Amino acid sequence: MSAPAEKIRFSRRTVVKGGALIVGFALTGRQTSASAQGTAGAPRRLDAKEVDAFLAVNGDGSVTVYCGKVDLGQGLRIAIPQIAAEELGIGIEKIKYIEGDTALTPNQGRTSGSTGIQRGGMQIRQAAATARKALVDLAAQRLKLKPEDLIAADGEVRPKAGGAGIGFASLLGDRQFDLKLDPDAPLKDPASYTIVGKSLPRPDVAAKCMGTAAYVHDFALPGMQHARVIRPPAIGATLVSVDEDPVKNLPGVKVVRINNFLAVVADDEWAAVRAARELRAQWSEASLLPAQDKLVETLRTAPGITDQTLVDKGTPVSPQPQNARTLAASYFWPMQSHASLGPSCAVADVRADEATVWTASQGTHDNRATFARFLGLPENKVRLIYLEGSGCYGMNGHEDAAADAAILSRAVGRPVRVQWSRADEHGWDPKGPPQLLDIAGAVDADGRILDWRTEMWIPQTTKGLLNIPLLGPQAAGLDNIVGLNPGLISQNGDPPYAADHIQVVVHWLKEAPLRPAPLRSPGKPANCFAVESFTDELAAAAGIDPIEFRLRSLTNPRGIELIRRVAAMMKWQTRPSPGAEAKAAVARGRGMSYVHYKHNETFVAMGMEVAVERASGGIKVERVCCAHDCGQIINPDGVRAQIEGGILQTISRVLLEEVKFDRSRVLSVDWSSYPILRFSDLPRLEIDLVDRPNEPPVGAGEAACTTVGAALANAVYDATGVRLRTVPFTPDRVKAALNSKAS
Amino acid sequence: MPSYDLRVNGSVRRVDSSDADKPLLYVLRGLGLTATKFGCGLGQCGACTVLADGTAVQSCQMTIAAAQGKAITTLEGLGSASKPHPIQAAFIEHQVPQCGYCTSGMIMSAAALLAKKQRPGEDDIRSALEVNLCRCGSHVRVVRAVMAASGQRG
Repeated sequence: MSAPAEKIRFSRRTVVKGGALIVGFALTGRQTSASAQGTAGAPRRLDAKEVDAFLAVNGDGSVTVYCGKVDLGQGLRIAIPQIAAEELGIGIEKIKYIEGDTALTPNQGRTSGSTGIQRGGMQIRQAAATARKALVDLAAQRLKLKPEDLIAADGEVRPKAGGAGIGFASLLGDRQFDLKLDPDAPLKDPASYTIVGKSLPRPDVAAKCMGTAAYVHDFALPGMQHARVIRPPAIGATLVSVDEDPVKNLPGVKVVRINNFLAVVADDEWAAVRAARELRAQWSEASLLPAQDKLVETLRTAPGITDQTLVDKGTPVSPQPQNARTLAASYFWPMQSHASLGPSCAVADVRADEATVWTASQGTHDNRATFARFLGLPENKVRLIYLEGSGCYGMNGHEDAAADAAILSRAVGRPVRVQWSRADEHGWDPKGPPQLLDIAGAVDADGRILDWRTEMWIPQTTKGLLNIPLLGPQAAGLDNIVGLNPGLISQNGDPPYAADHIQVVVHWLKEAPLRPAPLRSPGKPANCFAVESFTDELAAAAGIDPIEFRLRSLTNPRGIELIRRVAAMMKWQTRPSPGAEAKAAVARGRGMSYVHYKHNETFVAMGMEVAVERASGGIKVERVCCAHDCGQIINPDGVRAQIEGGILQTISRVLLEEVKFDRSRVLSVDWSSYPILRFSDLPRLEIDLVDRPNEPPVGAGEAACTTVGAALANAVYDATGVRLRTVPFTPDRVKAALNSKAS
Repeated sequence: MPSYDLRVNGSVRRVDSSDADKPLLYVLRGLGLTATKFGCGLGQCGACTVLADGTAVQSCQMTIAAAQGKAITTLEGLGSASKPHPIQAAFIEHQVPQCGYCTSGMIMSAAALLAKKQRPGEDDIRSALEVNLCRCGSHVRVVRAVMAASGQRG
C-alpha cells in the first residue's frame, strides 16, 4: 500500500534558475517505523546529535533535509532549506525537504515559542557546516590539495584556484556521513551569503493558490470512514444514555460509544454530519465553571495558589523623594480561542500492533509517547506524520482530533478521518489562559522609575508536561496525561527599563477555568500589554512624552534604535499624553510600546494611530508602524508576513476576542459570538526590518504580537485621556470608560 | 437513490444523493475537489466560497438540489498551472497565503468581484471580501494582490 510521494513543484522567476525546491509531503500511505528508509535506502537515523538525521546526499546530487519542526504557514519550508543550502554550498533547487514525520525526521522539539529558526534552523545549520567540512576533507584527499584551498559550492567541492571539482554524491558514494554534529565546525561568513537573506518564495504558496495543496483535511486512505465526535453539552458531564433510533435510517452510520466518548462513523461525510446532529444522547448535568462576571475575583482568591518571586533586583528608594508619584493599576486579559479557520481534523489507521496518525500537530514527536500510552502500544510502533492543517497558533484542537481518530480507527478496524465542527473548535479547543496583573510603581518628576512591582495570577504549568490532556482519551477512560500546560506565560512581566527596584511575583493558580494551552506568544501579549501600559501611565504621571520617558531608562542600543525608527516613521511629536483632541467627537491619538522578547530574543518597537468614536465607543486602528530586529534575517518577505499576521491577529484579540461561558459550557461557539478581525478593520501597516547578519537569528512569529495591546491602549489614552486596562476593548467597554471619566 | 447532474468546472458530473439538502460543499469534496474548504457550515466564514453562474456563494449554504442547473466553478477550475487566473497569479506573486486555508474562498470571492468590476477600488475589495475570514492575518496582502490583478498598485 505505498503510493509515490506526492510532490508539489513550484517555480517562479525569482527562484534560483535551474529548478525548484521540492517539498515532499509524506503521503506515502502506510510505512512502519521499522521499514521507514532514507532516500539513499539506508535506515533513517533519527538521533538529533547526528548529521545523517538531518541531511542525506542522494545519488542524483540532490540533498534531502529532514526537519523535525514543521511549517504551519510561517515559512520554514523555504527558510530551513535556505539555511541548509547556504551552509552546505549547494543550490536551493537541489534541496528536497521532509518535515515532522516521527519515522523520518529527528525530534527537534515542538514547533513553538518562535524556535523554528533559532533552534531548529540552527541545528540544521550546524549539521550542514559539519557535513561541508567533511565533504571538503574528502575532496582534499581525492584531489591531493589542502582543505583550505578548496571551496564547497553548487553541490561540489572544487579548488579555489579553479579547475574541476567533485560532486557531493560522488565524494560520499553510498556512505552516510557517520558524524556527530560538530559545534566547532566553522560557519560561513554571513558576508558571503547568496541564499540566506533573500526573499525566496515559499514552495507551498502556488499549490495553495491553485487548489492542489494537500491539507490533512484532504488526506484520504482506501477504506477510510468519516467520523464526528459528539461532545457533552456541559464540561465534565457523563453520558447517561444514547438513543440510536433517529440515525437508523441514515446510510451506513455506526455509533461508537466508549464510556463517555460518543461518536458516529459513516462512509459518507455528510451522513456522519447528519448523524451527529440527529443522534439523541442524554448527559448528566455539570456546572464546573466559575461565573464569568466574577472571574477576576475568582482568580485572585483561588484556593491552592503558590507564590514565586521571579525577579527581585535593586532596592526601592527610601524614603521616596517628595516629588515622587506612586501609581497602581490592574490589567486583565481574557481567555481566547485559537479560532482556527478550519476546524481540526486528522486521519488515523490503527491496527492491532501499530498505529499511523496523520496530523497537523506542531509536536508530532512530542505526542508520540502520549498516543502510544492511550493506545497501549510501544512507542516505536506509533508513527505521527505531519500534514499541514488550518493555521494553529499554539495548540488548538489538532491533537485532540488526532486522538479522536486513533480511538475510532481502533474501534471500527478501519482508517478513520475525524473532522471537528465549528462549535467543536470554538467550544473545545484548548484556550489561551486568563491573565490578571497588578502593577504598582513610583516615578519622580524626571521620569526615573523608583520602584516597580508586578504581581500576576496565572495558571501553573505542570512540571515536565510536554502536551496537554486530550479530550478523547479522557472521555473514553483511556490512559491520559494529567496537568496544565499554558506555555511560558510568565515572561516579560518586568519592564525592559532601568529602575531602582523591580520585582515580579507570580501567584500560580492550581487550576484554570477552561483547559489551557499555549496561544501565540504565550502570555506575553498580556504581560507586555500591562507592562507597557503601566510605563505609559508612569510617563503621564511624570508629564513626560512616552518615547522620551522610555529612552531615558533604556540602555540596550538595539532597542533604542528601534524606538527611534518608529518615532521617525510616525513623525512623532514630543509631548506628554493625552493630546489636545481629548474632547473631539472622533478623537485621534498615537501610542507606542516596546519589547525585548523574553529579554533575550527579538526586539520590537511599535507605534499606532487610532480613532475613537465617542458616541459608539468604537475604536479604529488607522496605522501601525513596526520596527523589528530579529537578528540575522533568513527570508525578509517571510519575516514581513509573520509580522503582518501577528499584528493583525493581535489587533483582533485586543479589540474583539473573549471566550464567553456560563457555569457549564463555552457559549461563543461560532463567528458571530466570537468575532475576529475583518477586511473593514484593516489598518495601514508599515514595517521596518533591521537586519543584523552577524547576530544569531531569533523568532519573528511572536514578538510583534506582544506590543499590540499596549500600543493600542496607549493611543486610546492619548486620544481620549481614558485608560483601557481590560481586553477586549469592545465598544460597550470603551463607552463605559469614557462615560465614567466624564462623570 | 435520486441523482443530480451538476455542471462543475465545465463538465457534467452525475451525483447520487438520498438527501436533496446535502450541501454542495460535501458534494464537491466527495468529487475530489478538495480545494473548497469546510470552515463553519454556517455561512459565516467564506472558506467554502465557489462561483455559481459567476456569483460567489458559500457552498455550505447551497443544497445539491439548488446547485443543479448552475455552472459551478471551484478553485481547481478557475485557472490551470499553465494559465492561472490573474487573481491566482497575483496571490502567488505577492505570497499571500500563510496557512492558506482561507485562500481558496478568498480567490473565488475576488474573482467574482473582478468579473463584475474590472478596476475595483480598495474599498470595493474590502467590502467584497468582508465575509471571508482569515485567521493568519494575510488581509493586507490579499488587498494588494487583488489590486495588482486588476492592474493597479495596492
